[in-house]
Amino acid sequence: MNFATLADFFAMGGHAPYVWSAYGISLLVLLLNVAVPLLARRRYVADERRRIRREEAAQ
Amino acid sequence: MNWTWFHKWGSPKWFYEMSGAWLKGFAIAACVLLAAGLVWALAIAPEDYQQGNSFRIIYIHVPAAFLAQSCYLMLAIAGIIGLVWKMKLADVALQCAAPIGASMTFIALLTGAVWGKPTWGAWWVWDARLTSMLILLFLYFGVIALSQAISNRDSAAKACAVLSIVGVINLPIIKYSVEWWNTLHQPATFKITEKPAMPMEMWLPLLIMVLGFYCFFATVLLMRMRLEVLKRESRTRWVRNEVEASR
Repeated sequence: MNFATLADFFAMGGHAPYVWSAYGISLLVLLLNVAVPLLARRRYVADERRRIRREEAAQ
Repeated sequence: MNWTWFHKWGSPKWFYEMSGAWLKGFAIAACVLLAAGLVWALAIAPEDYQQGNSFRIIYIHVPAAFLAQSCYLMLAIAGIIGLVWKMKLADVALQCAAPIGASMTFIALLTGAVWGKPTWGAWWVWDARLTSMLILLFLYFGVIALSQAISNRDSAAKACAVLSIVGVINLPIIKYSVEWWNTLHQPATFKITEKPAMPMEMWLPLLIMVLGFYCFFATVLLMRMRLEVLKRESRTRWVRNEVEASR
C-alpha cells in the first residue's frame, strides 16, 4: 500500500484534481459504453414484440 | 486447408448463438481485471519520484491509447474482409467498433490533457503525437458519419470499409510520431525487444489494465454486434424466437 491514511489516498499528494477527474471521466465513458447497448437492446426487444403482436392481431 | 471455420462466420445465426458464451467470458474477465487493476494502480503502485501521484493517470491513458489504435486496425481488417469476401458480419463489426474506438480515443486524449497540465504545464500543445491522435478521433467520427449519411446499407458498408483502410496510414504516423518529430510527448516506455524502462511494481498493474481494457472492448463490441445482428435479421424466424424468449 502506497498511502498511510485514507485522507492521503484522496489527496493524491496534491494531484487530486488531476488524478480523480481523469479516472472519474474515463469511468463515466466506460459505463456509457455498457449502458448504451443495454438500453438499445431493451428498446429493440420491446419494439419488436409490439410489432409481432400487432401483426398477429391483424391476421 | 479446411475453410469450414471461416464460412461459419457468414452465418449471423451461428455468430449469435456462439457469441453469448464469449460475451459472458469477456465480461467476467473484464470486471476482474479492471477491478484488480484499478485498486493496484490507484493505491498499491508506488508513486513516481518526479511526477508524484499524477503519474497514476498512465494506468488509463496507455490502455485507452493502445485500444484506440488496435480498434482502428480492427476496423481496417474488417473492411478488407468485407470488401474481399462480402462478409456481412465484417460490416457489423466495423460499424459497432467505430463508436467504441472513438470513445477510447477520447479517453486517451482527455487523460493526456489532464496529465499534461501538472507535467508539461499545458493542457494541449500541437505536438505530433497529440495531433495524430486527434486525427484518429476525426477518422472515427468520419466512419460513423459516413455510415449514417448513406441510406443503402451495402454502399455504406463499402464506403466505410474504404475509409477505414485508407485511414490506417495514420497508425504508423501515431506510432513513430514521437521519433520523427521529437517534440513534447515522450517516446514509448515499452519496447518488445528491450526490458521495460519501469520497475515491475509499476508495469505489472499497467499490464493488467491493458488486458482489462481489451476484455472490456470485446465485451461491449459483442453487446453491440449481437443487437445489430438481431436488427438486420429481424424478419427471420430465429430472431423472432429470440425476441419472444428474452425479457
